[in-house]
Amino acid sequence: MNNALHPPARPQVARLEVEDLHVRFDTDEGSVLAVNGVSFALQAGEVLALVGESGCGKSMTAMAVLGLLPPTATPSGSIRLEGRDISGLSQRELRAIRGRDISMIFQEPMTSLNPVFTVGHQIGEVLRRHEGLGRKEARARSIELLDLVRIPSARTRVDEYPHQMSGGMRQRVMIAMAVACNPKVLLADEPTTALDVTIQAQILDIMRDLRQELGTSIVMITHDLGVVADIADRVVVMYAGHVAETGTVDAVFANPQHPYTLGLLGSVPRPDLVLADVQDRLAEIPGVVPTLRQPATECVFAPRCPRADKTCLVRMPELTETAPGQRAACVHPGPAEAEQREAVRV
Amino acid sequence: MTSISATATVAPVRRGSRLRRRFARRPTAVIGLFGVCVVVVVALLAPGLAPYAPDASDYNAILQPPGTPGHLLGTDDIGRDLLSRLVVGTRASLTAGVLATLLAVVVAVPLGMIAGYYRGWIDPIVSRVTDVVLSFPFLILAVGLAAILGPSLINAAIALAVSQVPMFVRIARGEVLSLRETEYVQASVVNGAPTRVILFRHMLPNILNPLIVQATVAIPAAIIGAAVLSFLGLGVQPPTPAWGTMLSDAQQYVSQAPWFATFPGLAIALTTLSFNLFGDGLRDVLDVRMRS
Repeated sequence: MNNALHPPARPQVARLEVEDLHVRFDTDEGSVLAVNGVSFALQAGEVLALVGESGCGKSMTAMAVLGLLPPTATPSGSIRLEGRDISGLSQRELRAIRGRDISMIFQEPMTSLNPVFTVGHQIGEVLRRHEGLGRKEARARSIELLDLVRIPSARTRVDEYPHQMSGGMRQRVMIAMAVACNPKVLLADEPTTALDVTIQAQILDIMRDLRQELGTSIVMITHDLGVVADIADRVVVMYAGHVAETGTVDAVFANPQHPYTLGLLGSVPRPDLVLADVQDRLAEIPGVVPTLRQPATECVFAPRCPRADKTCLVRMPELTETAPGQRAACVHPGPAEAEQREAVRV
Repeated sequence: MTSISATATVAPVRRGSRLRRRFARRPTAVIGLFGVCVVVVVALLAPGLAPYAPDASDYNAILQPPGTPGHLLGTDDIGRDLLSRLVVGTRASLTAGVLATLLAVVVAVPLGMIAGYYRGWIDPIVSRVTDVVLSFPFLILAVGLAAILGPSLINAAIALAVSQVPMFVRIARGEVLSLRETEYVQASVVNGAPTRVILFRHMLPNILNPLIVQATVAIPAAIIGAAVLSFLGLGVQPPTPAWGTMLSDAQQYVSQAPWFATFPGLAIALTTLSFNLFGDGLRDVLDVRMRS
């Protein structure tokens, strides 16, 4: 176990590397392009946030990583786990990876645990399957894990059923289950969305600790920019299956370049700005995320973009570096000031 | 956090003793269990319990009323002891009922679960075949199959099982269909559980309640079905006693010797009732979500 806690550092190879990922759904009404050329790399112990509106492809990206897309989906592109391409593996091979190397936690803690087994049994099952532990050892380790996710009196809690626990507790159990085998990568799909704010903060604290103590790399899927600012190192802003902007959280939050990122940040209530009379009505992005049926021939954000002009309609812009470590897919990248000047001119 | 610390003091109790206590709190369930136990014990010990051989006829004591010395429940039209026949007849009825339901469950539940879990091409096939079988009334189908298979206890059980398969398939399929979308099933997929584990370790316990309820309806239905089949001469063959054949023997003597038909009828009714009460209690107790 001690070895697993301190994996040998391999600085050259990324923990998880997704390159040019596409996911297409073939439905009766034609194809839907859910993910279009998403690339990112996740280093050991790093927290990467995938941000975007509902339907922008962030959850599909996670499902593609786990090889759990529905049968109507066709993925392409490469997914490498510590250099090993896992995108073409069989279900059997993927099962060996799921839960051991990559695991996932879900949005809805109330229904994420099987109601007929104790939490200890459910955590233990993962351990018995992947680590071949016996019943006793698995139970002892389950108690340790419940301690790790700060569940008080873990020794008695381990024998409780999910319905005896609150939502925050269950989410902690889910996290304990997900990290039971010290996974290299933890995919967290809106893990705090269903919880109230104080519990959210506790869950984020636990995840921060996990990455410190276990060196787990985390992909945080969320639409909550507060969560991103709180825990993530880097952020990938997604729009209609494309990466709109990516960079370190500090850079993207301090100096957003893509008008969509600006829109997202502008739609977050800021008590300080309200008090200073700068913000009196929350900014909104008009329209909805489009459903792509054909590869984009123009900027996908153009119909909703305040900066859109003819040059945006020529082709889908590629990610270009706007600052060291920060890239945006925009013909007119730039900070918010440019937009304000423009507004004054009009 | 207060709600957490409030429940943290609940001491873990062993599951078995907790279930027993919750069961004991339901008087009807206990009565049902008692009835089921009596039927099972009688069936197991039948030859020892019966005062006479079930096919021994005494032509000096034909159609004796209950209470006749030596014949507690009276005798039938050829002087056989009714109590002995009733006791030994328990075997055939119980075997047919339980065997038919067991067979049906063993075939139907995996079939329904697989259809519901995998969907694809297998689901419509299983569902349509189920619909076709279900379109025949239960007894008509059983009678038809028993006639085709030939009269015997095992064939009667098979016929009854086939006609019970559709209900179990439907229940299993429907339950799995809704369970496969739940997060905890998704979570075990994400944790690398093989399909076999997901189906039979994660899902099966969660669909047991409706299956138990259905089984408590199915066992008595099969007992009645077996009685009907033997009444029609398609089940157990004479001279082996069965409740259904006793009823059919008795029907000509209903006005002369009403007890002749009453006791087998009562046996069927009480056995059916016991299974129903027991099943009801079992369902309440097994549901971990129903806590008082």
